[in-house]
Amino acid sequence: MQGFRFDSVRLPPDAEEARRHTRDFLAGEIAAGTFVPRRCSWTTYSAEFSRRAGAAGLIGVTWPKAYGGRELSDLAKFAITAELLAAGAPCFAHWIADRQSGPQILNHGSDRLKQEILPRIARGDCYFGIGMSEPSSGSDLAAVRTRAERVDGGWLINGSKIWTSNAHRVHYLIALVRTGEAGESRHEGLTQFVVDLAQPGVTVRPIHNLAGEHEFNEVFFTDFFVPEDMILGGEGRGWAMVTSELAYERSGPDRFMSDYRLLVELIERVGPDPDRHQAAEIGRLVAHLSALLRMSASIAASLGRGERVDVEAALVKEVGTAFERDVPEVARRLVQTEADLDDDLDAFSDALAHVVLHAPAFTLRGGTQEILRGVIARGLGLR
Amino acid sequence: MTEHQTDALADDVAGIVLEQAERLFRDSLTREVLQAADGGRWQAPLWGLVEESGLPLALVPEEKGGVGLPPVEAFRLLRRSAFHALPLPLAETTVAAALWTSAGGEPFAGACSLAPVTADDRLVFERAGDGYRVTGTARRVPWGSQVPNLLLFGHDETGAPRLALTAAVAAEPGRFNLAGEPRDRLVLDRTALPAEAVRPAPDLCRDGLLQAGALIRAVQMVGAMERALDSALDHANERRQFGRPIAKFQAIQHMLAIAAGQFAAASAAADRAAGAWGTPSFPFDVAVAKARVGEAAGKVAETCHQVLGAMGFTQEHSLHFSTRRLWSWRDEFGHETRWQEEIGRLVCARGGQGLWDLLNGA
Repeated sequence: MQGFRFDSVRLPPDAEEARRHTRDFLAGEIAAGTFVPRRCSWTTYSAEFSRRAGAAGLIGVTWPKAYGGRELSDLAKFAITAELLAAGAPCFAHWIADRQSGPQILNHGSDRLKQEILPRIARGDCYFGIGMSEPSSGSDLAAVRTRAERVDGGWLINGSKIWTSNAHRVHYLIALVRTGEAGESRHEGLTQFVVDLAQPGVTVRPIHNLAGEHEFNEVFFTDFFVPEDMILGGEGRGWAMVTSELAYERSGPDRFMSDYRLLVELIERVGPDPDRHQAAEIGRLVAHLSALLRMSASIAASLGRGERVDVEAALVKEVGTAFERDVPEVARRLVQTEADLDDDLDAFSDALAHVVLHAPAFTLRGGTQEILRGVIARGLGLR
Repeated sequence: MTEHQTDALADDVAGIVLEQAERLFRDSLTREVLQAADGGRWQAPLWGLVEESGLPLALVPEEKGGVGLPPVEAFRLLRRSAFHALPLPLAETTVAAALWTSAGGEPFAGACSLAPVTADDRLVFERAGDGYRVTGTARRVPWGSQVPNLLLFGHDETGAPRLALTAAVAAEPGRFNLAGEPRDRLVLDRTALPAEAVRPAPDLCRDGLLQAGALIRAVQMVGAMERALDSALDHANERRQFGRPIAKFQAIQHMLAIAAGQFAAASAAADRAAGAWGTPSFPFDVAVAKARVGEAAGKVAETCHQVLGAMGFTQEHSLHFSTRRLWSWRDEFGHETRWQEEIGRLVCARGGQGLWDLLNGA
């Protein structure tokens, strides 16, 4: 068991400063009424909010200044992310680009990609989606069928992606595409491309989620041309890059704070004088959250030192999303109410409704609970 | 020296102490020793080795004659002692020495326990001439009838919190926790203490010994869980059924993955509380640690027993040295519900908007 690393973390001064700065920015947003925290989360899309967050210097903060970053520490980034989540800020427009696409481009992209795209992401006006899942390749990611064929000056992509959040409103996807034989491991012959959705050859079909929102989509590519310098990390290196990208996707506080505002509304509703049962149940949730914050901060520090923490990241998401699913179940048992979407008179019932209708996705997106347990089991030496 | 160099030096010292302790635990905590200690027989030679190595002074500052390890490292040492199921009150002695010296007292020789250890028991200090007299009952004091020293907590007539270091007092032995560790009843009836043996309680235990004790048990449970999980992982890879190691069955993989998640969260919570020793966020972090670790302990013990099957349910297998401790320790110094309630009341008093500051140590 000693193989897992959740080293203790000491917040560097720039993290404290970043935290204060983010709080000031959010206080201004809340005073101006730009969003309703209990109805929002990091999966609420607002390009206006993202542009202001970019202008305030809250995006791409760890990147080099030459690419629009601020060269802050990974723990400063962690502090900013956690503050945005705690406030219930609507971050989805820039979230994927900031969390994983930008870092992938920074580490594995061509000079042109870095120069053209990273400063726009950091400004808060360039957004990304994730092109991994396909209709017949969900948990079994290595089964992707979308293919790219080499042509003069680049590649032609044919195939489709599905469950692509925001494909109808973001500028780019990073798509995992088959460019060669799968080999015995099934992990060979995969390549990641930055796909410009403004180019011809792509169509986007909306899929409405059960909450009635148009968030994800199916994306079809027909002889879609991608120039050579839009490849990330080189031909055939897709699998290794996807798995390292997933460490960023799985370890952040967004894996256990999607419904933080419901916890806040629950505490407000219960009031200052809880009965013993309410106190214990709320205390249990807070204890879980506190432990998760520590685990996640520790991984942020490890990622900042360039360490591989894929298994630790899977552990955070496994424990974190189980916690996220638990919050609405505990909340509804502690306070008798009937969840009612957008009820202006009952903030708790409103928040509960939003979470109940989104909770099934918590343990699916970014790798299902079951896939994560497989990753952890491999890390434990059981597979 | 720069701060960084000081840190590096402290890391080196900690590394050496931890390595020595690990060797001592590994070499001396044989099955036979654990078996012999089970049921309360004091392991005098073993305590001699532990004390000779200076481990009980890990948390005492160097200027007071201690090792002066950073709290995170000192509690890591206690975690390792629990990994090896050390059947002695090293953790109690280490923390008692730290509390007593931080109250201005001098380091002492020999093992030490803490009293009271439950929320309901209270000791009353009365002035008597230059010194004090202490009265009260303390139940389930670890090794209470066997240790030569006791650190007592109580309040005097003015309501001020007091710590006292005393030699053994009247005790009723004969009770044990589920792991066969002595849990004795102390009866103090106007027990006389000289003035120099009583001091104002320092901040770390202003509210009693429950918080310090809860941290001890949280850290120990992390160590015991680690050992139990190691056994379960080894067994899953060795035991063959249906023609393959049971580790190859997804049902087993998922059980152990979930248990690993519980362990990881517990370990993070305990580390955080250890790091908060002596800081303003200690009361909150220690409540989180005991609540979170206690919850994980039951789940991890259950999973490990399920994986080890009937073999783990025997005296012959060593798993019980870890799991019987987990089942006891999760209830000692307050079970998880007690600490959850404390967190919940604090959180609710502050209101939902105040939660974030609390989580960030403000």
